[in-house]
Amino acid sequence: MFENYLPIAILAGVAVVLAILLMTLSRVLGPYRPNKTKLDPYESGMDPVGDAANRYSISFYLVAIAFIVFDVEVVFVYPWAVSYLDFGPGTLVSMIIFILELYVGLIYLIKKGALDWDLKKGMFN
Amino acid sequence: MDYLHDINAFLPGVIVALAGLVTITIDAYKNDHGSIYGLTVFSLLAGLILSVMDMFGPVGEAFTGMITYGGVSAFGSSVVLFGALFCVLISREYLSAIDHEYGEVYSLLLIATAGMLGLVSANNLIMIFIGIETMSICLYVLAGIIKGQKIGAEASLKYFLLGAFSTGFLLYGMALLYGATGSLYLTEIAEGASSDLLFIAGAALLLVGFFFKVSAVPFHMWTPDVYQGTPTTITAYMATASKSAAFVALLIVLSKMIPAETANWAGVIEVIAILTMVMGNLIAIVQDNIKRMLAYSSIAHAGYLLVGLAAGTPEGYSAVLFYLFAYTIMNIGAFGVVAYYERQQGLDFTDINNYVGLGFKKPLMGVLLSFFLFSLVGIPPFVGFVGKYLIFAAAINAGYIALAVILALASAASVYYYLRPMVYMYFKDPHKDVPLVRSGIVFRSTLVVLAALTLYFGIAFGDLHNLLSSFYTADWVTHLVGQ
Repeated sequence: MFENYLPIAILAGVAVVLAILLMTLSRVLGPYRPNKTKLDPYESGMDPVGDAANRYSISFYLVAIAFIVFDVEVVFVYPWAVSYLDFGPGTLVSMIIFILELYVGLIYLIKKGALDWDLKKGMFN
Repeated sequence: MDYLHDINAFLPGVIVALAGLVTITIDAYKNDHGSIYGLTVFSLLAGLILSVMDMFGPVGEAFTGMITYGGVSAFGSSVVLFGALFCVLISREYLSAIDHEYGEVYSLLLIATAGMLGLVSANNLIMIFIGIETMSICLYVLAGIIKGQKIGAEASLKYFLLGAFSTGFLLYGMALLYGATGSLYLTEIAEGASSDLLFIAGAALLLVGFFFKVSAVPFHMWTPDVYQGTPTTITAYMATASKSAAFVALLIVLSKMIPAETANWAGVIEVIAILTMVMGNLIAIVQDNIKRMLAYSSIAHAGYLLVGLAAGTPEGYSAVLFYLFAYTIMNIGAFGVVAYYERQQGLDFTDINNYVGLGFKKPLMGVLLSFFLFSLVGIPPFVGFVGKYLIFAAAINAGYIALAVILALASAASVYYYLRPMVYMYFKDPHKDVPLVRSGIVFRSTLVVLAALTLYFGIAFGDLHNLLSSFYTADWVTHLVGQ
């Protein structure tokens, strides 16, 4: 029974060894110039300490929403593409309809100026 | 070949969804173009005609059993499309009067309607989930469609947060049901039903999700705030079409998926129905804002409808369907007249105290509001009476005497708050001379048609009732044979 788990154990072992190896290698081979910024926690390039009520462009949210839409599209399309031969050609029509619906959303997004970063011309004035 | 059959079975939904996509494309190129409204009305009307015809057609399944057509589904679709159509007809004038007629409103209404059509046709838990979410997400946006208005933003955010929370319950319930029975098809779940804890917990969570959507006590907290903050004609849409869709889906789930012998759901629904009727009516009494009053009244009506579901007989189910139709007609009418008063300048016409003397200033609107409120009370010869009577009779015949008595007492209490606006309108002198703007021809005739329908179906209800009973019993028989 336990031999079934052998591949997992090997994988875990490789992962640990690889992590240690990479960290050691970068410590040994890489240049070492410590500074204060490097000790900051990584927050996608944003300043981790600051006013909570910070103001930033609402375009940020729109891009995030648009990203999620196409992200979800990929989630659907990949499994469909992988199992296409099992599903049969009829599903091609369904997928085209699905993508056309998303395309309508994209047209709406662009025409309404949601991707217009120049705020004077876009939809936020 | 299969495709054509499937699309034909769900044709109203396909038309409405397609119209939603086309209108949003038109809006992208020509902002708030007039053709959007025309296309919306046309597609809703086409869908309505098709689903009314569908009611007399055969019953069956489509899309590999995901949806059903004909019978209860067709009637649910008809009610939803009827509500959507009439709300759109009164929306245009109201929204342009308050200067917020966006093309997006119609697109969102159409897409929400398509979701509701999926919901009332659902034969599978995933379909129910997709339907509820398509409907709800559009409604969250519609609640806050007026940008920069605080009360609308509050309504939208509250609705969204609580709605998302209740969706969690719904989805978890579905997951547990799938775990307990290994299927998502309603009839297969019924076959695999057992009284083990997993199944009970799943069904209970599913019911919580539904109780939220139909705003039954104690899951009603969002209703008054959301109804008050949303533009009034959109509120009418929420209160009628979305509630009808959720109720039809609940009815389908209860009748198909959760057989009475596995668990005593009638007991649960009985308690919730009593709470909903009593709380809804009592709190409505103290409301001064007419939109909040109508919100609590819609909670109370959800209670009446739950009585029919608790009865759990074909008679009870057909009574619930009839009541949903009645409720849709009279509630759109009531909200429509409120929308007419509300857009007048000078006073806050959502406050009932400002309704003094309005009945004589614009006699037509006063009479119409009286029609709809009398019908909501359940006074003959209006349609509200027939609906309430059918539910009452179904409860008595199923042996729920206590429920029937509470229903009667609760409706007696409701007389007070329904008649109060009328007392203000007719028995008090106007304290200030406020000029009232005349309503447009479409707006007025829509309300007149609704009033005529409350009267027509209050008197000649026999055909509709027979139809509902007939296809429900036919459904019922096939369902029993299928087991």
